[in-house]
Amino acid sequence: MGDVLQSMLGYINPYYLQIIVNVGIGIILALGLNVVTGLTGQLSLGHAAFMSIGAFTSAIITIKLGLPFSLNLLLTGFITAAAAALIGLPILRLTGDYLAICTLGFAEIVKVIFLNLDITNRALGLSVPAAHTTIPLPVVVWVVVVLAVTFTTFVHNSRFGRALKAVRGDEIAAEAMGINVTRYKVQSFALGAFLAGVGGGLYAHFMGYINPSDFGFLKSVDILSMIVLGGLGSITGSVIGATILSAAPEFLRFMATYRMLVYGGLLVCMMIFRPNGLMGSINFTDLVLRTLGRKPHLKKIMEQKSSDTSRTDNGNS
Amino acid sequence: MFFQQLINGIALGSTYALIALGYTMVYGIITLINFAHGEIYMVGAFVGLFATAILKVNFLVAMLIAMVACVLLGVFVERVAYRPLRKSSRLSALISAIGVSIFLSTLAQMLFGANAKGYPEGVFPVKQITIGSAEISTLQLLIIAISAILMISLEFIVHKTKIGKAMRATSEDYNTAALMGINVNMVISFTFALGSALAAAGGVLVGLLFNAVSFNMGLMAGLKAFAAAVLGGIGSIPGAMLGGLLLGVTEVAGVAFGYSSYRDAIAFAILVLVLLVKPTGLLGRKIQKKV
Repeated sequence: MGDVLQSMLGYINPYYLQIIVNVGIGIILALGLNVVTGLTGQLSLGHAAFMSIGAFTSAIITIKLGLPFSLNLLLTGFITAAAAALIGLPILRLTGDYLAICTLGFAEIVKVIFLNLDITNRALGLSVPAAHTTIPLPVVVWVVVVLAVTFTTFVHNSRFGRALKAVRGDEIAAEAMGINVTRYKVQSFALGAFLAGVGGGLYAHFMGYINPSDFGFLKSVDILSMIVLGGLGSITGSVIGATILSAAPEFLRFMATYRMLVYGGLLVCMMIFRPNGLMGSINFTDLVLRTLGRKPHLKKIMEQKSSDTSRTDNGNS
Repeated sequence: MFFQQLINGIALGSTYALIALGYTMVYGIITLINFAHGEIYMVGAFVGLFATAILKVNFLVAMLIAMVACVLLGVFVERVAYRPLRKSSRLSALISAIGVSIFLSTLAQMLFGANAKGYPEGVFPVKQITIGSAEISTLQLLIIAISAILMISLEFIVHKTKIGKAMRATSEDYNTAALMGINVNMVISFTFALGSALAAAGGVLVGLLFNAVSFNMGLMAGLKAFAAAVLGGIGSIPGAMLGGLLLGVTEVAGVAFGYSSYRDAIAFAILVLVLLVKPTGLLGRKIQKKV
């Protein structure tokens, strides 16, 4: 089967294939951060650190243990999640910007430690051997994307997801409702890190070379921009934001040196004209149901509600 | 040895403190982490460099020119990139700030190239003074002196002038201050101006100290200064000074003990440890949590 897929991918221009894979990895990372920042409301400026942990773990597993790639990715995800839980347990007591700077601090610490470890080959970076799988990597990436989208959609609508939303809404009120805030925060942190770890593992094997400096503050910012641009807390938004921002530097490549200049300007303009993100207030599932006529329009519900309130008001007076 | 390292640390720490003040003042008033602040500092260093190299002015004049240029830049950035977002979510403003930061550093790279540049020789004649076993350069003393003067003037502005009073009122309660007839927009612009001026001074001083100015110097310095501001308790002006000095001294101490390859991690390790013990920073006000 691997050969068939490989020959099919052969028809795609390798340059476009690379963009397609980058978009896929971007989506996985954005979905992970969206659980932490979008769903649970905990601003993290260090998501790239978990990508870094995942990338190096996965590379080392391939080099030292030679496990099959699917097992490798799963193991990488769990190790990264465990690391996140370990880091998260003390720092998730902090709130707001104090938490943000702490995650940033941890990301820098992880980077510097990896730059000084022998097993990560210090500042030279690690060459990653080919993944132990017959299925071509781009296909693996997009299979993981589909799994990740399905899984996070499931999480959004689950009891667990509702608890996370309650934490985002108001921590004290959530606690009063019997939600163990710290536990849910750590779990969402670990879940986000799991996806980041898997994304990092895919990145490592696709690129074939990783360096701790690749996963610095700017990478974290990149991922954060994706979910803010798409609209915080929206899965469709994360996918669209990740697609735009992963592909943008490539499509801006014709401008050569002006590329990052335009990228920076683009971020500012997008925020000014769509401050809540592209998909901020749009729920994709609702949209589909509405076009199918299965669900009444929001406007109608609001009208219904306002007429209800006016009636109660009259009753009171 | 100890005294020598202490002076090194204080000199480095006072430059961190100068940048940290801008972060903390802006945060105190509009609760925005102004990520572009590090780039303002970088621009300050470049303007100072060109003023000394091309206009051949005295370095104090160069510092003044850099401060004026950065005040204009800081106020302009606030006007263009932050003011339209004042009513929207804080994260949008944060991303906007990051966009400005990427824009400015790329612009600097295009204009001035990727190589680090040094200040022309003889801008500030450095002499070594020997006190006991310690060798202190006059440059370090100058940095400490200028930083001290700037911080004292800032304290004076904030506590003894009318605009300072307006700043404190605005940071206490934005809406009430506006209702009391304070021109809040003007106060915010003024805050950005003050912060940018201090960052520019820091940029020129660091450019002299390390004799290297490059387009990407703003990122790490900005992050560390932000760490310093949070360490001292974000929103608190004395806190930013204390945090800056503390980070400078511990960083130099870490390097002196032989952990130089961990240099950039030291600042953040201290920060994380302090926050775990005291979640609002050293001098931060306790936030009352209410439902």
